[in-house]
Amino acid sequence: MSQVLPAEGGLRRVIGDGESFPDGEVEGLGPDELLALYRNLVLLRTYDERSVVYHRQGRIGTYAIFWNHEAMQAGGVFALEERDWIFPAYRESAIGLLRGMPVSTVLSWWRGHPSGWWNPAEFNVASICVPIATQIPHAVGFAWGSALKGEDRVALTFFGDGATSEGSFHEGATFAGVMKAPVVLFCNNNHWAISTPLSAQTAAPTLADKAIGYGMPGIRVDGGDVLAVYQATREAVARARAGEGPTFIEAVTYRAAPHATADDPSIYIDLERVEVEKENECVGRFERYLLRAGVLTEARVEEIKQEALELMRTGIVEAEAEPPADPGLVFEHAYANPPPALADDLAELRRVLGE
Amino acid sequence: MSERFLVEAVNDALHVELERDPTVLVMGEDVGRLGGVFRATAGLRERFGADRCVDTPLAEAGILGTAVGLCMAGWRPVCEMQYDAFSYPALDQLINHVGRYRWRTRGKMSFPLVIRMPYGGGVRAPELHDDSPETYYVHTPGVKVAIPSTPADAKGLLAAAIRDPDPVVIFEPKLIYRTARGEVPEGEHVVPLGEARVAREGSDVTLVAYGAMVPLAERAAEALEDEASCEVLDLRSLKPLDEDSLLASVGKTGRAVVVQEAPRVCGFAAEVAAVLAEKAIFDLRGPVLRVTGYDVPYPYWQIEDAYMPSVERVRDAVRRLLSI
Repeated sequence: MSQVLPAEGGLRRVIGDGESFPDGEVEGLGPDELLALYRNLVLLRTYDERSVVYHRQGRIGTYAIFWNHEAMQAGGVFALEERDWIFPAYRESAIGLLRGMPVSTVLSWWRGHPSGWWNPAEFNVASICVPIATQIPHAVGFAWGSALKGEDRVALTFFGDGATSEGSFHEGATFAGVMKAPVVLFCNNNHWAISTPLSAQTAAPTLADKAIGYGMPGIRVDGGDVLAVYQATREAVARARAGEGPTFIEAVTYRAAPHATADDPSIYIDLERVEVEKENECVGRFERYLLRAGVLTEARVEEIKQEALELMRTGIVEAEAEPPADPGLVFEHAYANPPPALADDLAELRRVLGE
Repeated sequence: MSERFLVEAVNDALHVELERDPTVLVMGEDVGRLGGVFRATAGLRERFGADRCVDTPLAEAGILGTAVGLCMAGWRPVCEMQYDAFSYPALDQLINHVGRYRWRTRGKMSFPLVIRMPYGGGVRAPELHDDSPETYYVHTPGVKVAIPSTPADAKGLLAAAIRDPDPVVIFEPKLIYRTARGEVPEGEHVVPLGEARVAREGSDVTLVAYGAMVPLAERAAEALEDEASCEVLDLRSLKPLDEDSLLASVGKTGRAVVVQEAPRVCGFAAEVAAVLAEKAIFDLRGPVLRVTGYDVPYPYWQIEDAYMPSVERVRDAVRRLLSI
């Protein structure tokens, strides 16, 4: 069993800066894996950028932007097997794309159309969790319950820096430690909870420092470095599979975009810092790494981006082609055996609608 | 059949259901080693092991939140909230997830979890060991609620809850945990959700009650014997509500007094009154009256009897109603 120590101070990195910090390598990742990982990053980035456009065009509703979070999402998921489950927050709304979920499904969620609500067991991706940190106990319970059944399934849950202030984080992490649940608690620390900076969120020197209080290791990693994220998550997943329990990963990045389409960060954020972060954004960093390594060519980059754009074009068309939802769906699915009063309500609604 | 106290019937149901279905597990604070602070889970850990009778950390939202995940992994968790008011931290999970997750998956996943908790006052306990929070739960879409008043129903309703594909909350009247005693069927015993029970037949007025207020209503009916013939309707399920039985009883008597120990405003008695106003107005021979707790924090236990509905208050309400 690995020892639980105070969290690492520095940020793990693999990707170099092309100057003083040299490029590293991750054992076991060949050109095919690296390209697959790059494709996932581009898919998420394209999804995010197009979604902002679709929002401006009035084709989707309010949208929570995840620009510059792609390395954490793609790197974390790349360390999982298909049988492992992902418990996303809303910042990871498109995480299902990495599990074969259609683009139109995720877009439909943001369009408020019922076709956007999927069956978690179909993709091993739990529903998008809107209330902060409350998905953490779900992931822990799922992991604990799977282990109790003797099933080899790990759960990974994403949440932000603000979520570590919630009681659900504390209770979930407490259960994870006590039950030795095979779960990875993945915190994307982007330094902002809407307008509240990390310094107003916690007095802890690092978020990973919290891990020791739950009896689990805390790892700090550069959240913009997809290879470092992958490597750290792989380590945590291996620990979980070996029956050694949960791991807390603090992936550190900086929110270089608004919290959501309705947000105006110029009121509270240091825009010069944002410009610096944009220069160093995670997709470009990995792209330059792969170009330096000769795994990728400029022509291939263009091809992969066009493929992703094409997926989005098809996805939005499919989402918009969904037939209008039947108002009767209001009464569906809340119960397996609904109280009889709901049938009366539906009949009344049909009558009033003249159906 | 054997004679059991209400809390023993709860224990019996848990033994039978854990035996019947290997995916059922019990979890909560002190439910394992101790067997529960009221001994409702006594013997389960010895019989089924620590993995199926789990002593959890002291974290109610964690209990209910991990129970949601346990459902996704194929378990049917029965969560104990140690006391009524201790369940409030778990309302976060209840409202945000327990009642919504099935809907969120468009019916593709079920969340067959049970929350059971001792509830209610009259037991001379410290603050926040006396609440009747059923309305918060009934008001939450996607969640069902049942409240037994007899040992046989305590067993049968809990079994129904455990077998139900939807989340069900069972409130157990702690005031009568060890005073209500009666015949309980051996082995498997299920009382379907959504079926009220006529606890006492009568013709002049219906006393509508649930939980610990049922035996109280029965005592009030007895005390009124010379003045009025009182029917006592034990609702048993608050959601789904057995409107047919309610309307049939009030259709017969033409009068209703609803008794609950929870505070009055928007309490379940208000829902009963609303159903009667909407569906039985022409059967009514007087207003629907409520005998309830008051809209104050549950009081210091030395004067709690002034808060709890009493035989005297129910009798007074019936007399007022009959005098109209």
